[in-house]
Amino acid sequence: MKGGFRQSMAWLHTWSGLVVGWVLFAIFVTGTASYYRADITRWMRPELTQVQSAAAADLPAVAERAVAYLEAKAPDASSWFIGLPQPDRPLLDLFWRHGPGRPSGHALLDPHTGTEAPVRETTGGDFLYRFHFELHMPPLWGRWIVGICAMTLLVALISGIVTHKRIFSDFFTFRRDKAPRRSFLDAHNVTGVLALPFHLMITYTGIVTLSLMYMPWGVTTAYQGDSLTFFAESGQITAPRLPADRPAATAPVGPMVAQALATVPETLEGLSIVNRNDAHATVVAVFEEPHGLSHEHPQVAFDGVTGAVLEVRSGGLKLAAKTFTTMVGLHEAHFAGPALRLLFFLCGVMGSAMVATGLVLWSLARLPKAEAEAPLGLRLVQALNIGSIIGLPAAVAVYFLANRLLPPELPGRSAWEIRAFFAAWIAAALIPLARPHRRAWSEGLVLVAGLCLAVVAADIAMVEAHPLRRLGEGEALFLWFDGAMLALAALFAFAARRVARYRGPSRSEPRRAPVFAAPGERARA
Amino acid sequence: MAASRPIERAAILGRVVLAAGGGYAVAALSTALLSVTLPMPRSEAVTTATLLSFAILAGVVVLVFALATLRRAAALVLGAILVLGAGLWLAAGPFVLAGGAS
Repeated sequence: MKGGFRQSMAWLHTWSGLVVGWVLFAIFVTGTASYYRADITRWMRPELTQVQSAAAADLPAVAERAVAYLEAKAPDASSWFIGLPQPDRPLLDLFWRHGPGRPSGHALLDPHTGTEAPVRETTGGDFLYRFHFELHMPPLWGRWIVGICAMTLLVALISGIVTHKRIFSDFFTFRRDKAPRRSFLDAHNVTGVLALPFHLMITYTGIVTLSLMYMPWGVTTAYQGDSLTFFAESGQITAPRLPADRPAATAPVGPMVAQALATVPETLEGLSIVNRNDAHATVVAVFEEPHGLSHEHPQVAFDGVTGAVLEVRSGGLKLAAKTFTTMVGLHEAHFAGPALRLLFFLCGVMGSAMVATGLVLWSLARLPKAEAEAPLGLRLVQALNIGSIIGLPAAVAVYFLANRLLPPELPGRSAWEIRAFFAAWIAAALIPLARPHRRAWSEGLVLVAGLCLAVVAADIAMVEAHPLRRLGEGEALFLWFDGAMLALAALFAFAARRVARYRGPSRSEPRRAPVFAAPGERARA
Repeated sequence: MAASRPIERAAILGRVVLAAGGGYAVAALSTALLSVTLPMPRSEAVTTATLLSFAILAGVVVLVFALATLRRAAALVLGAILVLGAGLWLAAGPFVLAGGAS
């Protein structure tokens, strides 16, 4: 392209970052929240504090209770998945499929009684987690859009690095207040560069988690498209068994659970049961991954009719398969303890800030001279910026708020929580259009801070077992969650104050060539 | 590069199409070719090829935008597609190129 390598890379960085920036911001924010997916789900089901977790010795009996429930509720399902109780998820989490085109089912049971647990209906952290890679769209569409955005981010990161000739010294540069645009530029550089290894890692490994959907051509040529055989050969699943089409009674799962527990020393996460009442019925016990980076669940497969062990899969992956599972593991960060998880979370926050400051920078760099009318393109970008950067955090806060305020017995409650999420997003994106642009920013930031505070207030008001109402007794989770909400409220209030006090870019200030500018900007400067 | 004149806009559009379509084609063909030619068990070859493919795709996109003219970029991408396609034809037989499976 004209103007040399670095300039064409600056152009590529500017425009590739802009076109996917709004979706990327949503992917970053919901993905960052997903590091605490289980905690969010647990917070959104405050009734769970009353359920006792089951001991490992009880698991065979607990699994039998799950099977009894499924036999009554979903006898003709093609496959059952039984999520066994864990310390942070004390319920039996059941899921069943009826095959393509028919709706699947889901139920939460009290592990001690085998009856449906008295918890409020909510999608919990799973909604944010699925939004992270499906955007609440039909899975195929959502995953492709997220994939294209992630690939574009990878290109934006590479071209951003190339553009950035003084990457090391800029690392220590934050020119606060000197000129508003420059401090945005520095904030973009600091959040981008400081967490750069994280950004590159999370983008590439994110694409890798869905790589066989995006790039199935290796399986097409080497396996004639048979992905199940590929998964089995690469050691990620136990050998798949097709139905034999001969009826046979399925053996009780209790003894299989006991034997699985005796075979693998990890925590048993769940069972999958396929081809029930067929001679090829198969029960697979899936364990938590052992300590380490790799996302690699040990599995024990049983013949569902005889109860005999068919296969034990535990470690021993070959190099490439190990690389793949390690990349997936790095992305999901299941291995991370509390401190490392917090670091990943903060890196995710920095990624969100990198995208947000990049988007704002684009619009600041193109502000017209004082009296001139902003061109349509700029106004569109400004509206989308505020709609995503204010709208999405507001929507997440309203989602939490709806969880506390909607009546627990409301029919279709979890759908209403999601409706509240989108209604808040739409409102938070439309209202600023009627306000002067800079006022809209500070008002929007104040609104988000207020919503975060409202979540804390609603939590304390609506949850009887809240530690603050029990003189410190009760689950610390509520305190942590409310503390995080207070921190976010402070962050947004701080941003609102900065925007309100900031005088706006004055066009008369001396303009040196910015460190990082698209050629278009340079021409105008 | 302010895209003011129609011809410049067309050239940018051309690069975007070439980077996305051509980049994906090069990445897909190299994945398919490496999956059947890498000297390792086939599951390992497929995994290696698939993991590499996104770096190849990103590289092609950067290259398309870095080269001086659209014509040169197009020649390079089309050349790579032809070479990889021919290699795949030799390695896996024509049925793969005709749509692959079953």
